[in-house]
Amino acid sequence: MEQTGLNMSERTELLGLLHRMCVIRAFDSTLPELYTKGLSRGSSHAALGQEAVAVGACAAIGEDDYITSTHRGHGHAIAKGADIGRMMAEILGRSDGYCRGKGGSMHIADFSIGMLGANGIVGGGFGLAAGAALSAQLRGVERIVLCFFGDGAINQGAFHEISNLAGIWKLPLVLLCENNQFAMSARATAMVSGGDLAARSSAFGFPSESVDGMDVLAVRAAVRRAADRARAGDGPTLIVANCYRFAGHFSGDTMSYRSRDEGDPWLKRDPLVTFRRVLVEQGLVDDAEADAIEHAAELAVREAIEFAKLSPFPEPATAWEDVYG
Amino acid sequence: MAERILTYSEALNEALREEMHRDPSVFLMGEDLCTWGDEGGVFGVTKGLANEFGTERVRDTPISEQGFVAMGVGAAITGMRPVVELMYGDFLALAMEPLVNQAAKIRYMFGGQVGVPLVVRTNLGASGGKAAQHSQSLEAWLMHVPGLKVVVPRTPADAKGLLTTAIRDDNPVVFLEHKLLYFTKGPVPLGEHVVPLGRAATVRPGSHLTIVGTHVMVDRALEAAAELFDEGIDVEVIDLRTLVPLDIETIVSSVERTTRLLICHESVERAGWAGEVAMEVMKHAFDALDAPIGRVCGKNVPVPYSESLEPLVVPQAAEIAAAARALLAGVELSLPALTG
Repeated sequence: MEQTGLNMSERTELLGLLHRMCVIRAFDSTLPELYTKGLSRGSSHAALGQEAVAVGACAAIGEDDYITSTHRGHGHAIAKGADIGRMMAEILGRSDGYCRGKGGSMHIADFSIGMLGANGIVGGGFGLAAGAALSAQLRGVERIVLCFFGDGAINQGAFHEISNLAGIWKLPLVLLCENNQFAMSARATAMVSGGDLAARSSAFGFPSESVDGMDVLAVRAAVRRAADRARAGDGPTLIVANCYRFAGHFSGDTMSYRSRDEGDPWLKRDPLVTFRRVLVEQGLVDDAEADAIEHAAELAVREAIEFAKLSPFPEPATAWEDVYG
Repeated sequence: MAERILTYSEALNEALREEMHRDPSVFLMGEDLCTWGDEGGVFGVTKGLANEFGTERVRDTPISEQGFVAMGVGAAITGMRPVVELMYGDFLALAMEPLVNQAAKIRYMFGGQVGVPLVVRTNLGASGGKAAQHSQSLEAWLMHVPGLKVVVPRTPADAKGLLTTAIRDDNPVVFLEHKLLYFTKGPVPLGEHVVPLGRAATVRPGSHLTIVGTHVMVDRALEAAAELFDEGIDVEVIDLRTLVPLDIETIVSSVERTTRLLICHESVERAGWAGEVAMEVMKHAFDALDAPIGRVCGKNVPVPYSESLEPLVVPQAAEIAAAARALLAGVELSLPALTG
């Protein structure tokens, strides 16, 4: 775990990182319960085990910067600062949801904080992210774009087209691949020719970095380096954050494609547990305070669910609104 | 208002130039826009614009249609008004992901948080042996996607006025030109010229039969109408100008007078928009109809290369005239008195 230079002056920020990771864990842990109780419908995808990637990456960029997200996007939204009550209301299909109940889990967006949307199409965010980066470049504003995607999306043509376009135009873009090892049931080891995801950037003439996606501080440091390059006008960077999807693809996944214990080495490196341990070892927090952070996160998620349940379903007339504006 | 004679291509160029002057958020992206041929664009539409506005605002892209159309969407949701060119309409197939799953959905799916003021310009139609992958008319694909607007200008004046409106629209607009029209000429107003979307133009008044069409089908319908007039058949011809929104009122009010309708499109007949127009007319004006609605459309085959084959699969004036005669077979007609 990257831990050099941790000190009391950073304490508030570091505890903030732990808090957000705990909120994501608590939030996505409720998804099966929401589904079995009939409160949610469609598909919801949990990012359990991937909290350090979302939180570390978003901690490395500014409030004005943009992110694009994926179908497994709750963590990205929370890390960027989205309101979990409105997120939960969206998942429950209620009128106070971010999309007024029209998007659901896979389409949470908050343009007021630069969160340009989760995306139900694998690789759908590449072009949106690069277009937002071009927009920032053309408008002359110092904004960069952080594009989250998975090991599945790196095999989409869009990845290659956008890597090339971002490279030739030196777009202020950070391409952050969360290699959680699985695209539904398909293993990255079987589906990525050559095996080395990070190597793909070299063909497009920009750097890449592989980073431990279970280590929030390592992710933050890598994304900071990439963000600095983007802001300096040096163009895109590919970061591959290696992590592990603790849960199935979605709530109902039987996970017949993997053995019961194959994830154990990864589970032992649970990003919340390891980060908490480091903070305690460094004397930045004691166990009681860390417990309080975890409990506060769980409580916040319970409150979000209560808020969502009280929110009315959308009026029928809204089904016809916002097709055009 | 003062007018000059311009080609359709020049009229489009003028709309782009004027909107780029008016609004700094307008920029152009596409293949070979800057230096190809005579200063830009395979059909000359972007001629001179890179020199005038620079290659930041008029950007040559690599051949990555999905990528740069998706970037247009990303730019549109973050404060810009991109006008993206696909060199041929057939390449829509490469760009359907960002158009259909992103551009058309974003406003609705995100609960109205943001609009997508994007224009994607491309062209339809068979012309001069470009064969199966450079001749298709795929507008019905786009009409089938709520959230997209579909514009099909025919005259140089409409090309300018509708493109201006499309650029100012806060929704994704697919702006479909036609290869055979780029070098046709017509009067075009000087200065700002805006044509609203969703308003068809009656280009020839008539009393016995209504023909609706778009692009060169309108010209072929007019050719057929001139021939039919000599036979005592008086045809009204309507140029739809936009397909989404569709001006069904103009069609219905015409059919209520003429009582007969023939629909012409170059795109293939099967699941084409003639079926949509016919259903709408039946819904609104069934009692006015004195004959089944007819259609003359592209044949259900890919467009072939040879000059002896291509015209067989795309409606020609003679086929339209024959269909009109069939709709009026056995009916005693009288031409309106020629007055004045």
